[in-house]
Formats: sequence, C-alpha cells, structure tokens
Amino acid sequence: MTTNRKTGDVILDLQGISLSFGGVKALTNISFNVKEHEIRAIIGPNGAGKSSMLNVINGVYSPQQGQITYRGQQRKGMNTYAAAKSGIARTFQNIALFKGMSVLDNIMTGRNLKMKSHFLMQALYWGPAQKEEIAHREKVEEIIDFLEIQHIRKTPVGRLSYGLQKRVELGRALAAEPEILLLDEPMAGMNVEEKQDMSRFILDVNDQFGTTIVLIEHDMGVVMDISDRVVVLDYGKKIGDGTPAEVLANQEVINAYLGVAH
Amino acid sequence: MNGNTFPQLLLRHGQQRPLHPAFREKDLGIWQTWNWQQVNAEVRALACGLAARGFKRGMHLAIIGDNRPRLYWAMLAAQCLGGIAVPLYQDAPAADMAYVLDNAEIAYAVVEDQEQVDKLLEIGEQYPGIQHICFEDERGMRHYHQSQLVSYAALQAAGREFDALNPDFFLQEIQSGQAEDIAVMLYTSGTTGKPKGVCQSHRSFMTAARGGVGFDHLSEHEDILSYLPMAWVGDHLFSFAQALVAGFTVNCPESSETVLTDLREVGPTYYFAPPRVFENMLTTVMIRMEDAGRIKRALFHHFMEVARRSGSDILDKKPVGVLDKLHYQLGELLIFGPLKNVLGLSRVRVAYTAGAAIGPDLFRFYRSIGVNLKQLYGSTETCAYVCLQPDGKILFDSVGQAAPEVEVKLADNGEVLVRSPAMLSGYYKRPDATAEVMDAQGYFHTGDAGIFDSDGNLKIIDRAADVGKLTNGDMFAPNYIENKLKFFPFIKEAVAFGHDRDHVCAFINIDMEAVGNWSERRGIAYSGYADLAAKAETYQLIMSCVEKVNADLAGEALMSGTQIHRFLVLHKELDPDDDELTRTRKVRRRFVAEKYAVLIDAMYSGQRSQFIETQVKFEDGRQGKISADLHISDVKVFAAQQQAA
Repeated sequence: MTTNRKTGDVILDLQGISLSFGGVKALTNISFNVKEHEIRAIIGPNGAGKSSMLNVINGVYSPQQGQITYRGQQRKGMNTYAAAKSGIARTFQNIALFKGMSVLDNIMTGRNLKMKSHFLMQALYWGPAQKEEIAHREKVEEIIDFLEIQHIRKTPVGRLSYGLQKRVELGRALAAEPEILLLDEPMAGMNVEEKQDMSRFILDVNDQFGTTIVLIEHDMGVVMDISDRVVVLDYGKKIGDGTPAEVLANQEVINAYLGVAH
Repeated sequence: MNGNTFPQLLLRHGQQRPLHPAFREKDLGIWQTWNWQQVNAEVRALACGLAARGFKRGMHLAIIGDNRPRLYWAMLAAQCLGGIAVPLYQDAPAADMAYVLDNAEIAYAVVEDQEQVDKLLEIGEQYPGIQHICFEDERGMRHYHQSQLVSYAALQAAGREFDALNPDFFLQEIQSGQAEDIAVMLYTSGTTGKPKGVCQSHRSFMTAARGGVGFDHLSEHEDILSYLPMAWVGDHLFSFAQALVAGFTVNCPESSETVLTDLREVGPTYYFAPPRVFENMLTTVMIRMEDAGRIKRALFHHFMEVARRSGSDILDKKPVGVLDKLHYQLGELLIFGPLKNVLGLSRVRVAYTAGAAIGPDLFRFYRSIGVNLKQLYGSTETCAYVCLQPDGKILFDSVGQAAPEVEVKLADNGEVLVRSPAMLSGYYKRPDATAEVMDAQGYFHTGDAGIFDSDGNLKIIDRAADVGKLTNGDMFAPNYIENKLKFFPFIKEAVAFGHDRDHVCAFINIDMEAVGNWSERRGIAYSGYADLAAKAETYQLIMSCVEKVNADLAGEALMSGTQIHRFLVLHKELDPDDDELTRTRKVRRRFVAEKYAVLIDAMYSGQRSQFIETQVKFEDGRQGKISADLHISDVKVFAAQQQAA
C-alpha cells in the first residue's frame, strides 16, 4: 500500500549514544535519526539493545556518552516527565495498564498532562474542572472510536484479551496527542488477525494525526510492510540502517538474523 | 401530501410532528437525535446532491453498510427522486456483491466506510458501471482521489447549492411519485441459485406496514433498535416502512459489537429479532446464572419454575389463581423485572421473531417472564407480511393467522399459497422466475410446506422442496429435526440427511461458547474449535442431546421413523463465507451434501471415523485448509410410542 505521506525534516537526532550498566555495554556508539511523520523501526535479535534505545529516547536512561537533539535543541538531563511533556508518548513491551480500571479511565489517564485545573477541583468535579473533563472525555471518545473499542468502553482492562489490552495501551499513548510515539513490540504475542488490525491502526495514526512513530518489532513481515526506514541493532551496535529493501539486502543483517556458518 | 409514497410520508411527519425524534445514533458515546424536521432537511440535501450528480427517476441506488441513520436517509433520498433503493448485505465479499451490482445495473452507491469503498473500487475494475460512490465515514479516505468518490457531507453541500438554484425541484419530484412505483429492491438470500432482486412498490410495503402497525396498535411513541442487516426484508419492514408509517423513533447502535449495551440503554418498546438473537441472550443469561452464588441461583430457578407455571397465562390475561398471581408478582420484583432490565426488554410491549423456527422452550422462557414475544411469517416476496400471532392467542408451534388483507391457503401438496396487496411486482429482469412463483389467480407460491389447525393457525413444517422420504416411505422433514437439535444451547447448527436412505444421520456444529463454558466447568482443556469439537466429552454431551430429540420424535406419530441413528460433530463451523450458509444463516443443504459427501458416505457405510480436508476462506479473502479425523457416533433409537389420546 502506498500513501502520499510526506516525511519531513529530522525531528530527533541521536549521535554516538553509548549506554552501559556497570560492565555491561548495552549500547555502543549508536547514531541514527528520526524524520518527522515517518515510521521508523528498530529491529534486532533478543538482547540487541532495542528497548534500551527506546528508554534512552524517552528519558528512562541517561546515556553515558552521546548527544540527543530533539526539535533542534540538544537535550540534557532528560527524565520521563520532561520527555512526556515534550510530546513523546510510549507503550510498553509488557502491558502497563491499570488492570482494575475501565478502558475509558485508562485512556483518560493519558490526558493527565493536558489537564490544567487543580486536582481538588477535579476531585469535586467543580467549576472549570467540569468543563475541562467534558472536553477531555470527548477527545478520549474520539480515540475509542478511532480504535474501534466502543464495545469495551466500560470493561475493566484486566478482563480483556491480550490483543485488546495492547490496543487500549495504544489508546492511552494517543490520548497524550504525542508528536513521537514509541511502540515497544506492539504486536508481540498476537495472532495474524490481531497483527493486521494493529498494523492498520499504526498506519492510520501515522497518516491521520501525522504522528512520528518509532517502533520495535520482531515480526519482520510487519516491519518491512509498514516502516519507512529501519535501524538494525545487534549486541548493542548498529549494523544496518536504511529502507526495508536496503536492510534486507545487507549481509551483516542477514548474518545476525540467520546466523553465520562457522 | 397524499401519503402514497414513503417520501410523501416523510414530508407529512415533518409537518405534523417536526420536533418528534425520528432517528437516534450513538456517536462518541452519546446518543445523537434528529427530529423529523431535521431528517427532512438532511434527506432533501442528499436527494438534491444525487440529482446534481445526475441521478434520475427509475435509477437504482445501492446502499451498503451497518444500520446508520444516513444510510436510511439515502434510501429515502433515492425514493424522493423516483429512484429505487437497493440495500446490500454489508458483510458480503466483493465477488458476491459484484453479481448483485451488475444485475441491478448500479451506477450510484451510498456506502458506510472505507471497507465498502475498497470493495466497490475492486469490483469497479471489472464492472465499470459504478460511477458515483458516496461514503459516509471519512476515516482513512484522505488519500483516495478517484473521481467517482464523494463524501456524504460534500454531496449534501452540493445538494444544498442545487436546491438553492432549483427551489421547487425537490417537492415536485416527491409530488410526482406514485404508489405503484418500485420503492425498493431486496435481494433474496439465494438458498438455491443466484440471488434474485425482488421489486417491491411503495404500495406493497405500505400495506404491510399499515397492517402491522394497526394490528399491534403501534404509535409514534415506539422506540426500536435497528441492528439487523438493512438488506433483510425484516429490517426494511420494521426500521423503514413501519417507522415511516407510524412515525416512531429508529435507534441505531454504535457498532455491531455494542448492540447488547445499546439495547439496554434504548429500552425499545417494539422489538424484532430472529430466534438466534433470543437464543444468544438466553445462553448468556444461563451461563451467567451458573456463575452466580448459590442463593441467587436457587432464587432464579425457583421463580423460573413459577414463571413456567403461570407466566404465559398472566401475559395472555387468562384466569390465574390469586396465590399464583402473588407468587409471580414477587418473582417480577426479585427476578423477572431485573432480568428484563439487564436484557433491555423492560419496556417491550410487542416483540416479534421470524426467519427461522423458534424452540418452544426458548419461546416459553421469554413469554413466561412477561415479554410479549410473538411469531410472524412472511418472506421477501411478501414484505414479511403473511401471518401474525394476535395478542392472547399464542401457540408455540404455529405462526399465527392470516394478517389483515392477506389470504392464505394450502395447495394439494401442502405448499402455502398467499394472495395479498403486499406482494412483489416481480423479480428484476427475471419474468421466468416471477411466472414460476405467481399463478394465474394471483397466488404466490411460498415454497414452504404447512398445515392449518382447527382454529386457522398456520404451522410451517419445512421447505416444501426439502421434504423427502425415507426408503420405507416415511416423511422426512430435515428442518423439523434440525430445529429440535438446535433448540439445545450446545448445538449451533445441524444438518440432517435421510432422503432416499433407510435411516437418518446428522452433522452437528457445536456452539463454541456454550460447550466451551461447559468444558471449562469440568476442567477439560481444549486448544480451539476443532479440538473442542473432537473431544470425547463433547461427543457424550451431544449424544445426550440427540437422544432426547429421538425420544421426542418417537412420541410423534408422523415423525417416529426419522429418529437419528448416527451423527458426527463437524470440525469447523458452517459459514456463509464458505458458501455453506446463506447470509441469513440458513443451511445450503445441497451444497453441504456435495462438499461433505465423503462424510455422509462414511456415516451410511457404518465407519467409525473418517478423515476430511476442507478449504476455508478467511474474512480477508485468503484461503486455507483444515483437516481432521472425525469420529462418527451411534445413537440410541426409541420404539415408536402410541400417542395418548
């Protein structure tokens, strides 16, 4: 499928990132960039450092070396709150939702940063807080409609299937109206039909909201179908970077994935 | 306005009850309402938009999608211009749709969303006749630039401009509509052969709708939930024709998955559903009751027993003892009332079921808790209007008496013949097929075999064409047997064989939810449908159901010879996508018999099991193969009992 989506300028640039935990080198001198409105995939075998890379981007880890430039500004001393505030939202490899809360409430939590009124007013549902809540609820309903999960709006998340929980998590990330959306294995553990649905939603998000997407995924078929550019990591090093076709033709990538004859 | 056509009725409602809610739809979690005045304006804009694009009298407008107010308005818009609405089944694959679009020479279509647009564009590569496609939901449509596409909003905007330039056009077009004009073309489900377009005039559907509205005293204050396929005659009668005749409110669900929640929120006063919907509801209730605490369960069963004893009689206003009445009222307070509330049936005054036979237990259940559930009988050709059950005279196994203005009689071979003003004008481009079903006296041959009881109630036994004979000459009515099987919650579908054979055998499809729940309760692990279907425990469970059917059949004079001797549980669900069922979920008997010939042979040759590989189509059109080794089970057969006089 081709869309006439236009990728813009570089929005996020990572230069020479190195991250280690004690003696373990998780990432070694990695550089790549993400352009506005593109779908950028990070792939690699287990332990390659993909999730660490995402964690660096959204401020969970601070790399020992390297520079991160976001929207032309060099980032220093990043933390998760600041990352979220600057328009980076994410989903997690192991779903991190509030299991006892309804789908609606879970997605509503994604609006948290956008809420201006005092929490006491919110608790009392009084004054401007009431107006604000209605506006946020409308936004949440749009996301519910977008992700086609109307039928589980009031269902506690813990009772949902894995595939649906993943969708709800995407919904919560979307609720923050991010500029960059980080997806950590959005399709892990899904069946073919669920994967197709999820791919569709990712493409739709990218297309309709113009959101830049950085995703980690194991399913090569999916990655090659939906991404614009792919970064390949292996043992914390970058071994490939380019369009899906280029990456597929890269001998080092083939070796890493298929193994080398010794 | 004289009210001869549906658009004329629309205008009349706009004048008589402008502020009365006509349509509701749940959108972004909130029920949106349009009153009759607003609907008039919406339809006017759309009709003018179609006219601006060249839609003219006598043309066909295809309508494809879930039940949405805007799609109902599209039907009206076509009719305003003297055109003919052609609703199609929205879940049909592109290939099936192509046949109908080609047959009906569709040039204009109003569809719901991207999914349907994709289908039409795909079809358009082979049938370039489709020139104009109007889509309601703009999601995902940003990068579609084909010239034949236009959004609903844009079409209406163009219509408003057209209207401003030609202010008299709209009313003049409606004024020139005649009662004899064809209003709608509904395609038959095609149990046999290709679907046929049934042309119905404004007059026929209006007769059917007026008859029904008068019969059940429906007013503009009714609320209904429209969730059945728009291409089905039942939905057209209830959600379109009757809604326009009576002026009541049509509520459209948020999505097909939210129907049960929406049902509860709307609380319809008038409700129509095929038996399987009632069955699913009951199955859900029963499963949930199994999960309830012991006290609740005991209460439930106690009061259901009370309801069984006196519920139906109270509903029919027959004399009931004072103590029984009080006992029932206590039940209403504790069980029936809350139960109806949960199901969304609290406000239902009249509920109908049709389209297939309904099990006596199922039927009794709803009536006993105070839901006035009735049956009707009809077909696409008769505007779903032949027989209705009058209040207070409900028989479980009959479909009631001839409706007002309808004549019903039986042919010599037992086939039901109907003559009424609510009758098709003909099959589209098929005068030969029309001549086959309409005789010289104007009777329509329904193809159903039936009998009348002494009070003039009609009882439908089977499709006349399906009734066969065993080698010993006993009558074999497959549907009759299958229905008895399907009345068990564990059995979703069944196909009986026996014509020209010496005994009856059957295929069974288990109900995944009911059997799955039953298994979990017993700690039986299973990996999926095929695995569950093949479990020895499942066979035991189904066996007990089949035995009960046999015992039941043994008690019936005409049917005792058609007890089931052997059965097997199929490894896959019969599915419309694999052509095994029609879109309205009726078994395509001949097709199934051919496809599974090897299984049938195995059953009659006494084998214990048989290997089979079948092709399946997935929803996205891909094909795959599944195979299984199916076990064949023998069942106990009972001696024919003399019926007690």
